Amino acid sequence: MKKITALFFVLALAMMAVLPVSVAAQELKGEVKIDGSSTVYPITQAMAEEFSYEYPRVRVTVGVSGTGGGFEKFTVGETAINDASRPIKESEAAKAKENGIEYTRFTVGSDGITVAVNPENDWVSDITVEELHQIWKPDSKVQKWSDVRSEWPEEEIDLYGPGADSGTFDYFTEAVVGNEGASRSDYTASEDDNVLVRGISGNKYALGYFGYAYYEENQDKLKALAVNGIEPSVKTISNGNYTPLARPLFIYVNNAAAKRDEVEAFLKFYFNNAQEIVPQTGYVALESYEKALNKLAEITK
Amino acid sequence: MKKNKESSWYAVLFDRKIRHMNSKSSSNKWVNYVLLLATLISVFTTVGIIVILVTDSIHFFAEVSIIDFLTGLKWNPLIEPNKSYGVLPLVGGTMMITLGSALIAIPVGLGSAIYLTEYSSRRFRKIIKPIMEILAGVPTVVYGYFALTFITPKILKPIFPEIQTFNALSASIAVGIMILPMVISLSEDALNSVPDSIRQGAYAMGSTRFEVASRVMVPSALSGIISSFILAISRAIGETMIVAIAAGMRPQLTANFLKPVQTMTGYIVQVSLGDTPVGSLEYYTIFAVGLLLFLMTLALNIISHWILMKYREVYH
Repeated sequence: MKKITALFFVLALAMMAVLPVSVAAQELKGEVKIDGSSTVYPITQAMAEEFSYEYPRVRVTVGVSGTGGGFEKFTVGETAINDASRPIKESEAAKAKENGIEYTRFTVGSDGITVAVNPENDWVSDITVEELHQIWKPDSKVQKWSDVRSEWPEEEIDLYGPGADSGTFDYFTEAVVGNEGASRSDYTASEDDNVLVRGISGNKYALGYFGYAYYEENQDKLKALAVNGIEPSVKTISNGNYTPLARPLFIYVNNAAAKRDEVEAFLKFYFNNAQEIVPQTGYVALESYEKALNKLAEITK
Repeated sequence: MKKNKESSWYAVLFDRKIRHMNSKSSSNKWVNYVLLLATLISVFTTVGIIVILVTDSIHFFAEVSIIDFLTGLKWNPLIEPNKSYGVLPLVGGTMMITLGSALIAIPVGLGSAIYLTEYSSRRFRKIIKPIMEILAGVPTVVYGYFALTFITPKILKPIFPEIQTFNALSASIAVGIMILPMVISLSEDALNSVPDSIRQGAYAMGSTRFEVASRVMVPSALSGIISSFILAISRAIGETMIVAIAAGMRPQLTANFLKPVQTMTGYIVQVSLGDTPVGSLEYYTIFAVGLLLFLMTLALNIISHWILMKYREVYH
């Protein structure tokens, strides 16, 4: 009996030591509603998950209605934050103004698509968007490298790329082919980028495209092509030089909502952890999130 | 004296037990029903699978004609704008892998079975059998990566420098190795079931070992041997993991084993693991391909059964 009571007291003491800390985090409660782009979703969702470990009483919900669908809700004040893989349109901005919604745009990272070939490929280092278009368009007649530029080898091009379920596929087809979702179909399609890396690194005449994160991880097995003269790198992607295959990823924040404690805490958490979490989701983080934090401080003053 | 008493006591009890088992007591009926239920579960499962395959395939064939499906030469159900639903490239891929693996497993398997039953010493058999068991126990995913990371780069690339990372040949080799234990053990069983008197009779007539093996033993055990081939082949047709990893994801109709292909099973894996919305035409392609696969395997099983029945030799 004595032993049990002693144990009980020790436990109570331990809990009392821990309590003040957990109460502080427990105190913050509320709701943060987010919606928008499926491209930005992985970042925001990862943030929401990590945030909820520290602040379990704040409910962060992240929807995936698409950038446009998200803006429809954002501009009438239904959501506090909108994930966006493109800037807000004029019509959407006008609607927000109509409804008295003031907002701020924050860049959270960049998405860059790398066109890669086998390291033994010694005939190309630079490819133009027009050539990529010729290769990847739906009724492409390109079968050999020499069909694109006559000085290239007369060997069959071995193509690799993401499948139709992939966001990278959507973006690449939009930027290169000109029509989202339209592409030639006789290539090795896989949502698993590791399969693509394997395929390209094993075939001299291969060419493929996937997110920058996979190129970075496998630099010893692949060779990245410069597109229109610009090579993909963290720098050229984050400053937008690597076009059209790089694009910034945004979140639009409702200024009034940002003044709420829980939203402010979430956004602070977001920018403080972006450097670490964004690369984990496969995107390129900004070089620094100081500006974002400062902007946030301004609107929550 | 004591012994007699015990044995008689036991005999009486045993006799009662047998009579008890034959009577329709309630506990006996209960056991009857439980075992019946166990059997019916497998029946219901089979029926359930067939029902799902057929009903969901109907959704598919409402939009794509069966003729286009079975005779079309291009399989592109996922990528706009030129979608096409000709299943022949997938069937071609499956056939290539099946053929390639059969060419490896059948000669090697039959040869090994003959050696183990007719030629080898008992000690040799004692060592080889456990090794066979190990080979049979290797998970298929391991075979797949073995094909991708060892067979292709270390064995095939030196011979065929133009071979691609994902190709039909390495997958065929891996599948062949995987079904080898099945061919060996079943053929061996078939050969061993031929009565020894026949073998001895052949030797007595002055036949050489090879003549005994090839002209007497194999023909006598033929139905069992062929049945083992067909079983192994139907296993190869349904093989999924090895081909999904090593054979490639390009549905193309080709006879070149050095190129990537996609099998029916590989396609089903690819679509199932993606985020194709339930209820769309792409989703129903899974069931149409699955149904075709099921029918092909069923046909093969029926043929195997027929051969077994027709050519079976009954020994008294």
